[in-house]
Amino acid sequence: MADTATRQENYNHLVLNTCVLAGRIMIESGSEMSRVNDTIMRIARNAGLKDAQVYATLTGIIMSGGVKEVGAEVGSIDKRAFDMEKVAKVNELSRAYAAKKIDIYEFRDDLVHIDDLVATFPLWLQTLGAGLVSGTLVVVFQNNLPDFWITFIVGMFGWAVYYFLNIYIQIRFLSEFLAAVVVSALALISVKAGLGVRADDIIIGGMMPLVPGIPLTNAVRDALSGNLISGPARGIEALISACALGFGVAIALHFF
Amino acid sequence: MSLFFIKCICVYFSGIGFGLIVNLPHRALNVAGITATLSWLVYYGIINTWGGLGAANFFGGLTIGLVSVVIAHLKKMPSILFDVPGLVPLVPGGQAYNTIKNFALGDYQVAFNYLSEVVWIAGSIALGFIVAELINKIRIKIKYVSRGWDK
Repeated sequence: MADTATRQENYNHLVLNTCVLAGRIMIESGSEMSRVNDTIMRIARNAGLKDAQVYATLTGIIMSGGVKEVGAEVGSIDKRAFDMEKVAKVNELSRAYAAKKIDIYEFRDDLVHIDDLVATFPLWLQTLGAGLVSGTLVVVFQNNLPDFWITFIVGMFGWAVYYFLNIYIQIRFLSEFLAAVVVSALALISVKAGLGVRADDIIIGGMMPLVPGIPLTNAVRDALSGNLISGPARGIEALISACALGFGVAIALHFF
Repeated sequence: MSLFFIKCICVYFSGIGFGLIVNLPHRALNVAGITATLSWLVYYGIINTWGGLGAANFFGGLTIGLVSVVIAHLKKMPSILFDVPGLVPLVPGGQAYNTIKNFALGDYQVAFNYLSEVVWIAGSIALGFIVAELINKIRIKIKYVSRGWDK
């Protein structure tokens, strides 16, 4: 009898742990909050915790099981990046769990090893993507065909700088600032060297991969769904990013 | 006219490029490009016929919201995967840059003109998203009501 009770308690702990882990991965990868709450509650309900409650913010998750024996669990979130494939993967696992294709042990195991399960694009492909965004948007925004290739290259350099600084400096705003300086400086130098035509257009294009589009979208969505903690917090995140980019451009314009 | 087609292709590739940066799943990349192209075509059509900046961006945002929900349903993936790349060609990059530049150069009057344009565009896109979300909520409600409230 006591053995069954202990086993049930262990099981409930495991469910709670899995829920917090899933939520943490989703917030760290840049999902919106309503989806995080929805996924966590769905897992808990499918696992049999009917009265579970969750309180998720941008920097941490608090979750209680609603059962007497298991208390609550806290998960803290220190860094946030953008990795849409992880969001999709957690979503997929949660669907598979709801359909009873995997059990809670497999689910938790997959979540713990999500870094091995989810492939990220290699650096050269990411850099190529940044170049694509930069080059094409110069044509779309400014009707400027001749500057396509130079913007492509400047955008690639800007993203590479941002990527490597993100590894060595843990502050995202600082790496955004320095990447903006590099993009603007390269644009101004390339025009002086006769490679580009209009420096302004090249800077606009080269900045586009760094512009905080996802935080801005998420800020609006979170605020609209009634999450008054995470919505404004994300808005501030986007605002600081935009300011960092702006200061970077301003400094480069001043010195070059 | 040929510039228009070049721009269409460019918008498609900008969606894919942004997908590569934010690590979209492989099978979502092509769709993300198509979402971006659709929303930009709506934006382009409106801004060159009857609408101003506000209307064009509003309907662009609305298109992204609606299309991404439909595709998310078909592909069984979260809808955020498709509306982030779709947003890229609508972002007021040029105006934002001109704001910063004119602030740096000391032309505050010009800078504030561009700044108000940025705020106006961003607000319109956000409003488009809101309305798309609202339409989606109503659609789900209608589905449940027609099924007789059983969830």
